[in-house]
Order: sequence, then C-alpha cells, then structure tokens
Amino acid sequence: MRPDIIVIGGGTVGAAIAYGLAKRREKVLLLDGDDGDFRAAQANFGLVWLQGKGPGMPAYQGLTRRSIDLWRGFCDELEASEQTNLVYEQNGGLAFCFGEDGFEKRRLDLMRLHNQRGEGEPDWEMLDRAALQKLMPRAGLGPDVSGASYGRRDGHVNPLRLLAALHGALLRHGGSIRHKARVERIDAAGSEFRLHFAGETLVAPRIVIAAGLGSPALASQVGLDVPVRPERGQVLVTERLAPFLPLPASGLRQTGEGTVMIGATKDNSGFDVSATADAAAGLSRKTVRIVPALADVRLVRQWAGLRIMTPDSYPIYAQSLTRPGAFVALCHSGVTLAAFHSEVLASAIAAGALPDSLSPFHQSRFDVPQAA
Amino acid sequence: MFRKLHDPGPSAVTILIDGHPVAAEVGESVAAVLLRQAEGWNRTTPVSQSPRAPYCMMGVCFECLVEVDGQGSVQGCLTPVRDGMRITRQQGRRSLSA
Repeated sequence: MRPDIIVIGGGTVGAAIAYGLAKRREKVLLLDGDDGDFRAAQANFGLVWLQGKGPGMPAYQGLTRRSIDLWRGFCDELEASEQTNLVYEQNGGLAFCFGEDGFEKRRLDLMRLHNQRGEGEPDWEMLDRAALQKLMPRAGLGPDVSGASYGRRDGHVNPLRLLAALHGALLRHGGSIRHKARVERIDAAGSEFRLHFAGETLVAPRIVIAAGLGSPALASQVGLDVPVRPERGQVLVTERLAPFLPLPASGLRQTGEGTVMIGATKDNSGFDVSATADAAAGLSRKTVRIVPALADVRLVRQWAGLRIMTPDSYPIYAQSLTRPGAFVALCHSGVTLAAFHSEVLASAIAAGALPDSLSPFHQSRFDVPQAA
Repeated sequence: MFRKLHDPGPSAVTILIDGHPVAAEVGESVAAVLLRQAEGWNRTTPVSQSPRAPYCMMGVCFECLVEVDGQGSVQGCLTPVRDGMRITRQQGRRSLSA
C-alpha cells in the first residue's frame, strides 16, 4: 500500500492525528520509534484539564476548551471501536490552595484567565475549606489547606489505554503502523518526501512530524525550524486504596484501579530520565500537606518522563512554506488535546491547509528579536 | 498445615488475629503465626479478591501484607510479634485510614 500520508511519531499526538486522518479515509502509515526513545506518552499523568491553562495566550485556552468540548464524543467513539474502557471521568477537578494568600492568588489567577478569554460565564469556582472537606469526606485535609479551585470541566483518563486505543482504532480504520521505525532522514522525491529508516525508504506526498523531542532534527530537513527542549517531570504512584478522592486534582489523582498518582515535578536536566530521591521527597511532602493520612501509604513506583517544551510552553502547529505537504505538531498536553488533534487538526491536514485560527501556534512567533 | 514444634514456655505472648487471641513466641514473625492458623490466608487481593498467604518469608514478594495495630499493608514476614499486637486480615484495597 502506498500511503497518502505518513505520520512520524506513534505517541499520543501522532497516533491521535493518524487515527483522525484514517477516519477521513486517508491511507495513513504511522511510524513509531523504538523502546529506547523517550516516549512522553508512556510517562503521562492522565489529566484532561482546563483550569489554569493559557495565561497570556487566549488562543491556547480556546484550543483546550475546544478539545474538552470534543473529548466525550471522541472517547465514546474510541471505546465503542476498541471495546475498551478508557476510564474517562469528567466530573470536575481541583487545585488545592494553602493559606489565605494561596487561596486569593488562585482566585485572581483564574479571574485573570477568565478576563483574557473575554466571553462566557466562569466554569470554575473557589471552594472554601469546609466545602472542600465536604466534597472529600474520606480524606482529612491537612491544617494548611485553605480550599481549592474547582473546575467544572476538568477530568482524567487512563493515558496508556488511550494510547493503545488510538493505535487499535487506527488499524481498524485501515491505517498501518510500523514499530521500531525511527526515521533518520527526509529528502525530496520530486515534490514528495522520501523517508529513510532502518535501511528502508518510503515515499509519500504528505508527512506529519509528531516525533516529540526527535522532531527538530527531522523538521529542519523540510524547512521547519521548531525549537523544543526536554523538561523532566517525575511521578510517584502508591499501592491501591479504597476510593477516597472523588475528583482528580492537579498533581494528585486516584485512578480507577485505586492507585494514587502524585505529580509532577518540572526540572531541566537535558535528556536525563532518571528518577531522583529529591523529587520523591518533595512530591511526598507536598502531598502529605494536603492529605496527611497518605504518609502511611506505600509508594510502589516512581518514574520520570520528558515533556516536549517550546519556548513559551504552547504547541506548535505548522505546514512548511518551502516544502508544502510537510506538517509539524508538537505539544506537551497530548492527552487533553487528543480530541482536538484527531478531529480538528487531522481534518485540516487532510484538507491540506491549517486554518487561520491555528496561526497563533506557528513557530514564527519565536522569531521576534529579543528586546534590547 | 503448619504447627509449632516446641512450647514457647515463658516467652509466650498473646496477639489478636481478627479479634481472636492467639499464642505466639517472642522472636516469631507475624507471617509465621498466620501460617499455622486453621485459616492460613492473610489478605485478599485488591483486584480479584482472591485469598493470599505468606510466600517468600523474606520481605520480597509482598504477599503477606496485613493490618498491624491499625496500619495497613504491613509486611507480616518482617514484623516480629509483640504482646497484645492486633493483626487484621486485609480485605481487598486497604482504606486510607488503615
């Protein structure tokens, strides 16, 4: 089969786009890397999250809202196709606040975001300590907790099942996947693209580069200059507990299986994916401040992953000017944005042009000279 | 299936297993005492609720988790008995408070 389009990168971003393209009757080939790759999709925390996102970048808040609007339908379709349960819940989410100052700062931050959005009613509210404790009666709050912001549209999902479902649904819609197919080089074959990987070559009229941290080296070969750097995030997970946390929170969520995920750190250690004792201690301290009883719970695993971070942390979506037909899609919120990637972005790529609404996400925003 | 070979004599202590008094000997592990009970299991699993008994007896396999004096998921094989200790067989997922 000669593909209409090759997606480079089998993580959550690439797989969502490939699945969306296959649903639109494109002949899609997804090239997945190998197990030695960084694979942010397998280190993910699993939030499908809106509250607090996009300060100073209303277009990103809009993008996130659009994806969350689509998420339930996207999830239902994947679950029906793959006969799986993604454990997607959208009952709202919490961000805990410490002290009166922390509570007030959170309220102001969210109000600022609301004003930047410039329309609609707020879809969040501040819960004081008493209201928060009533919401989670089985988990006694630490003395420093002053309350939480509650985002009505926040939720969480099993990110590994999501990734597996995207791969499965892609195949079911006639697409193909090649594993251990790390693309080494892209050159021109007339107006088309010749990809070199594992001693083979393949030619396609269109390509999508969604290879996470491996993207800059590939994108530069088709006239796309995409600045990304790794940002390490570390996560802890506990033994399985009886349900006590009815809603996910930023940095603390109880999964359907009962484990508690605790996250996440942010540090710049280049391409180092080791987990550190410092991070485990810091995450544990923060968590015990919220729910002291968690101090007696066993941790069973700690891991680290690398976020795909652009200079302003927002996604890059672009088509090459010099090599039309080559697209790039990079972001660190591949789970939240998965519905958008598979519905809206894939549709635009299939049509051959990204809409003006995505122009704020072109990497040319980074070309502005630094002020003296 | 298991029985004690000697009488502990003066070093005997009493512990409570699910509220029932049981004789044990100073120096024994909680897991060893559990293994010689008529019901040799110490917990049911969080996923399938199937019963489990102590297995490796050296701190590796985590099959012997029990609640000890209100603290959940304690490794019975690494915990020496103490007079008056309260052992509770752990059912499924432990709760946050135990």
